[in-house]
Amino acid sequence: MSELLQFLLSGITVGAVYALVALGFTIIFNASGVINFAQGEFVMLGGMSTVFLLDAGVPMLPAAVAAIAIACAVGIALNKLAIQPARGASVVTLIIITIGASIFLRGAAQIVFDKQIHRFESFSGDEPFVIGGATILPQSLWVMAGAVAVFAGLYLFFTRSLLGKAVLATANNPLAARLVGVNTNFVMTLSFAMSAAIGAFAGVLVTPITLTSYDIGIALALKGFAAAVLGGMGNPFGALVGGLLVGLIEAMTAGYISSAYKDAAAFIVILAVLFVMPHGIFGRATVERV
Amino acid sequence: MLSIEGLRSKYGRIEVLHGIDLEVGSGEIVTVVGANGAGKTTLLRCLSGVQPVAAGTITFRGEDISRLPAHRRVGLGLAQSPEGRQIFTNLTVEDNLRLGAYLYSDDRVDTDMADAFAMFPVLREKRNLNAGGLSGGQQQMLAIARALMARPVCLLLDEPSMGLAPILVDQILEVVKNLRSLEVTTLLVEQNAFAALSIADRGYVMETGRITMSGPAEELIADPRVRAAYLGI
Ligand SMILES: Nc1ncnc2c1ncn2[C@@H]1O[C@H](COP(=O)(O)OP(=O)(O)O)[C@@H](O)[C@H]1O
Ligand SMILES: [Mg+2]
Repeated sequence: MSELLQFLLSGITVGAVYALVALGFTIIFNASGVINFAQGEFVMLGGMSTVFLLDAGVPMLPAAVAAIAIACAVGIALNKLAIQPARGASVVTLIIITIGASIFLRGAAQIVFDKQIHRFESFSGDEPFVIGGATILPQSLWVMAGAVAVFAGLYLFFTRSLLGKAVLATANNPLAARLVGVNTNFVMTLSFAMSAAIGAFAGVLVTPITLTSYDIGIALALKGFAAAVLGGMGNPFGALVGGLLVGLIEAMTAGYISSAYKDAAAFIVILAVLFVMPHGIFGRATVERV
Repeated sequence: MLSIEGLRSKYGRIEVLHGIDLEVGSGEIVTVVGANGAGKTTLLRCLSGVQPVAAGTITFRGEDISRLPAHRRVGLGLAQSPEGRQIFTNLTVEDNLRLGAYLYSDDRVDTDMADAFAMFPVLREKRNLNAGGLSGGQQQMLAIARALMARPVCLLLDEPSMGLAPILVDQILEVVKNLRSLEVTTLLVEQNAFAALSIADRGYVMETGRITMSGPAEELIADPRVRAAYLGI
């Protein structure tokens, strides 16, 4: 029983990170129809920038804020320099552009940072809490709390603020959004900035547990994408559920079978679900994009 | 108020507007009638800035707006209720109206919304429902109300009668007629030429990207060529 609880806790921790990456996919997809495979690089940028700022003597909080700001700037640049100039190109072309951007960012990170594996101190020590025979790191609680805060904040943004509704309106009908006076280019820029910030925030939270290096982005992007598809691409709530499911499947497979199979198990379950529900768990049957 | 000179527009390399000249005076209801595919929607898309202009100028309230981005044109008082309604189907009726006044956050937003509900009481009943669940006629009312929320000086209406039962067509046209009392200038695009000409001050006839006739609405309604081509008489 305590074993199951242990696997559940670690599944929820990684699942929270996948959920945040999936949320990044969702936000950009909704605003622009683009599936941004550079999403994992935002997580890497958050962790790596924090590592190097800490090394330079910057205290933790400003280092984390600056790291998120750096990722934001990279996200905005990605949109302005690579995505918007290709407006009107096919979805496949845009996806290839984001894959190219992801490779470029990985290469740049190798040069600007290095090829080592890094970590920094947990926010509140490494003394685990014991719950019902299972243990949980304080940093895991930070990750979970961070994910809850991001999802709650986004929920309020989309349901309570006019700008949030304008983002939803742009996703629902870009032409109509422009006709009521929404600057849809700004909405796109905002979406890239938000996705980058969310990814980098996840990177800052999880680095003390999972460590970071220039190339962690690929695996995260694949898992996050799988989580977004599983939950139903375009649905923020689906991103949350999909992320947690992928994390839990991984943790259970690693715990009860072998950690060698954890990646494969996650993808097999996803394929099985998509076979039955082609639009994901919370996806709508038709994706209208005008 | 609104003056269009030599307007040309293309889809890819195919030109569909071949030099349109058109004038809308302050307080007028002007209609552009023409068969399906004539280029009426393209014209309104150019006016709103969601369609590239290849040549010509659009002057609105004395300012050349032909290069202005769409959201800036809304800010100047040029709003559109587009063809096919294009409401935000995933959002509530109230959110649709609120977004109509996206550029504003003052007290007038509330009074304008109350006015919209007074104009279309059915929208008040359904204010908290998803707009995608409305009937065609209700969606059309919502599209017009949403455009009015933008505080238009000049309102562009694209085929408000399309796909509606005759009784609803009359109701919508009555609303358009009453825009005059709100001091909103109106450019109405319609395939339903008789209905449009019967409420308009002046009209233009458009054929394959060109204006072929223009004049006071009552003269066009009486014109044998118009009657033969568009009124089926
Ligand atoms: N998105 C588009 N791509 C290419 N051609 C188009 C597009 N929309 C309209 N057209 C063409 O432009 C011409 C004018 O269309 P439109 O402005 O919709 O006319 P109307 O509103 O008078 O029915 C038609 O020949 C139509 O086939
Ligand atoms: Mg049309």
